[in-house]
Amino acid sequence: MAIDYLPLLIVLIVAALFAAIALVVPALLGPHRANKQKLEPYESGIIPFSDARRRFPVKFYLVAMLFILFDIEVIFLYPWAGVLRDLRDNYSIWLALAPMGFFLFVLIVGLLYEWKKGALDWK
Amino acid sequence: MPGLDALPFPLPTVQQVIFILIAGMTVTGALITALAPNLFHNALGLVLAFFGVAGVYVLLEAEFLAVSQVLIYVGAIATLITFAIMLTRGMMFGRTSSTNRLMLSTAIISALFFLVLTGLLVNVAWPEIGAELAGSEQMIADLGEMFVTTYLVPFELMALLLLAALAGAILLARD
Repeated sequence: MAIDYLPLLIVLIVAALFAAIALVVPALLGPHRANKQKLEPYESGIIPFSDARRRFPVKFYLVAMLFILFDIEVIFLYPWAGVLRDLRDNYSIWLALAPMGFFLFVLIVGLLYEWKKGALDWK
Repeated sequence: MPGLDALPFPLPTVQQVIFILIAGMTVTGALITALAPNLFHNALGLVLAFFGVAGVYVLLEAEFLAVSQVLIYVGAIATLITFAIMLTRGMMFGRTSSTNRLMLSTAIISALFFLVLTGLLVNVAWPEIGAELAGSEQMIADLGEMFVTTYLVPFELMALLLLAALAGAILLARD
């Protein structure tokens, strides 16, 4: 039932309020005496050495793309894993395991290809 | 002060109030996506819209779809779009604009599409499902069973599609 998700909605609203309060209240109550040092981005005490708006290496894109693919794989695993025992009892252990085995095999071939091509190395 | 019964319209139910909240969130996200001048804000607006759509799925009792929506669209696609913006030179330097010379034709096509969807929404006799909808656990279980029985071939083809996408991503990014 959708109503089961009401706590989730409450958490979302509380989180949004928390963020809003944390932004609005200091802006209203805090003193505003800015100087150059204060306006610099906080970088764990390290003085910023260049603009943060720089182009990022295409590596990040590749990693995000690979993440999507394996994310989708996990989504498909989830309903299957829930009924694994039922499938074994209603059909056979092979019908339960073989389709997902092939599915995972194809993706593992992809993973090996990726590995061999060096897409996982971060040079 | 008149009682609540005196209102000219029926009081919305809790579910309707939640739907209005979620729909407002989705529309706000969509408007930011379409109209904000900063491309990065467009991407963040898209995340908000994705979250709203997940909320709509929850209200429609399509919980598996809702979880998939958060995991794939909010988690992965939004990250990918953010990275795509960050590694494009023109978008990280200088000013960007969310409109270009195709704006007019795109607006016309979108408006026509909106009309088609509205026509569908009004004219199709949608089947109404009462309370006899199966529970979400049963629906996810059915889905898992269909993967290995009714929809076995599409399911395995999905693996090949993912493999092709993986190989394509590596080829594109390594040149």
